[in-house]
Amino acid sequence: MKITLKLFATLGDLLPAESRENATVVEVPDDATPNQVIDMFKVPRPMAHLVLINGGYVAPERREQPVLAENDVLAIWPPVAGG
Amino acid sequence: MAWTNKVMRVNLTEGKITEEPLNMEWAQQYLGQRGLATKYLVEEVDPTCDALGPDNKFIVTTGPLTGTMASTGGRYSVVTKSPLTGTVACSNSGGYFGAELKAAGWDMIIFEGKSPKPVYLYVHDDSVQLMDAGDIWGKSVWEADEILHKKHQDALIKIALVGRSAENGCLYSAVVNDLHRAAGRSGVGTVMASKNLKAVVARGTKGVGNIKDPMRFLQATEEGKRVLRENAVTGEGLPKYGTQVLMNVINESGAMPTRNMRETQFEGAHKISGEAMHEPRASDGQPNLTTNAACFGCTIACGRISTVDQGHFTIKNKPEYWKASGGLEYEAAWSLGSDNGVDDLDAITYANFVCNEDGIDPISFGATVAAAMELYEMGVITNEHTGGMAYNFGSAEALVHGVEMVAAGEGFGRDLALGSRRMCEKYGHPELSMTVKSQEFPAYDPRGIQGMGLAYATSNRGACHLRGYTVASEILGIPEKTDPLATEGKAELVKAFQDATAAFDSSGLCVFTSFAWTLDDVAPQLDAACEGGWTTEKLVELGERIWNMEREFNRLAGVTGKDDTLPKRLLEEAANAGPAQGKVNELGKMLPEYYKIRGWTADGVVTDETKQRLGL
Ligand code: SF4
Repeated sequence: MKITLKLFATLGDLLPAESRENATVVEVPDDATPNQVIDMFKVPRPMAHLVLINGGYVAPERREQPVLAENDVLAIWPPVAGG
Repeated sequence: MAWTNKVMRVNLTEGKITEEPLNMEWAQQYLGQRGLATKYLVEEVDPTCDALGPDNKFIVTTGPLTGTMASTGGRYSVVTKSPLTGTVACSNSGGYFGAELKAAGWDMIIFEGKSPKPVYLYVHDDSVQLMDAGDIWGKSVWEADEILHKKHQDALIKIALVGRSAENGCLYSAVVNDLHRAAGRSGVGTVMASKNLKAVVARGTKGVGNIKDPMRFLQATEEGKRVLRENAVTGEGLPKYGTQVLMNVINESGAMPTRNMRETQFEGAHKISGEAMHEPRASDGQPNLTTNAACFGCTIACGRISTVDQGHFTIKNKPEYWKASGGLEYEAAWSLGSDNGVDDLDAITYANFVCNEDGIDPISFGATVAAAMELYEMGVITNEHTGGMAYNFGSAEALVHGVEMVAAGEGFGRDLALGSRRMCEKYGHPELSMTVKSQEFPAYDPRGIQGMGLAYATSNRGACHLRGYTVASEILGIPEKTDPLATEGKAELVKAFQDATAAFDSSGLCVFTSFAWTLDDVAPQLDAACEGGWTTEKLVELGERIWNMEREFNRLAGVTGKDDTLPKRLLEEAANAGPAQGKVNELGKMLPEYYKIRGWTADGVVTDETKQRLGL
């Protein structure tokens, strides 16, 4: 299935060079887990701090489960903050 | 002790300056800066006074760690009664001015009355003088800063001052220091100008030398710096992306207030994000971001210095804006950008330059333009009102028109200068004002971040993110992740953030350290610097005491529990996109519990018992 992967802040460099607006469309197995996608793009696990699917937070224990569906947006940040 | 133990009192009506010792008994109870200056305010100012009248006081205050070697120890605050909200106002700024004032040997300056003619205060250590400001009145912050530097022939003076917007009575004018740092919110600059006080010029050569235990202070501050350095947020994220790293986070989370908070996601968010500020522009191949910058003593350096493309319509024939200058923080990028539906990064950067140049709070300004755009699209505000400019959402031209008009105090700018609440009332649609206690919202939609709804509703200075930033927990997972859509536990969370922030704001340190530090990291630094046995527990209690003191001032000023609410839009109109789609803010579920844990009555009044417990 196809999902959109977005890697933000310092993780943006790990996306393919042709990516735009910090996003790329990737083909993943139907039962792919967020952690498999995280590993596929060589995101160091501790840097995958904030993991969202369609804007909803995915807690660390759910990242090992096949929670992704076709056309989902998986967005990932290292620890960040502002104000 | 890290206090200088000296307060300067400036009677502007009589042109008289006196010196008095800092009330050390109060310093033990209220520490410094926000807490201690607010204590002076509540003791000396009638809460019902006209904020722009001579009876209001205007206090410029440092904290005990201001000017020391503690990381971020350069903060100062302005404390007064706000003309925008009618509540207590305390606005905090970084840069270099605060540390310079402290190095000149002053904890605090209390301005009273009103000068018969424009003046500025010149402080060079113990030598202090009110000087004629006739030649800088009517000038922008940037022009006046340059004139003062030339006049005093001293590159090392640091200046805090107001621009033309404040002189013209814009109700959300800021006090700007070091050209692009500001005590931004609640119209503190408007109060300064109402006193005919244009600037405070500081030059300090004394330093802060009276630390209680210098060796222990050195160790404690070094340890604090290590924590900041090794933390991914303060060591990496903030220096590289600034607060603007949040643009995509909040947008993806569906909590991005868009087009006067009608929507909760902005399709143009990426174009105005921290990431986009690093990308080379198509037009000139240069990125918007030129470099990052630090305030005095700061080892984080989150500040943005930006350059607008010289060919951009905003600055095409204006070489004075071709230099690098203070760039976008997240709050400004949101208010000038998403809230107006504008995705032109250079246009909002220019609007931000003008906010710095003439001392305008970009949050309140941008949010007021957003309300004007909604009224324009409804046909309530017309070209006749705006002077021919179409105020449609998405119009960068309208944004630029608005900011230039507010800066100059001309035309439609006079309506925008009222702030969203008064402007919407003037045009017969108060429900379109996205404000709490007449202060405009910052950049987090409380339908998607429930705790922020409670934090806004109960904030002592009207809608504000810096009074209790539960976004840290609800979205960013700092110190631990909570569910942004849940209401359970939010009353405790909001209280904890509000109290801790009040303690940070009273220390002289920047609240952004709290992304890596807790009060456990602050206490050893304070305790090594100051007498009084400053423990985490004492700081938590200090924060709670300050919060309740501010609340009481507001009650006496006529701002009460009935004002602890949100605009109808956020309580009744559901979020249109993102994880919060279909949800409103459920303030009613959180507020009674919050009052209870605060030790207040069901109407939100501080009880005698609570006052007694906190020594109020
Ligand atoms: S963290 Fe940013 S705002 Fe705070 S003191 Fe440092 S540079 Fe200034």
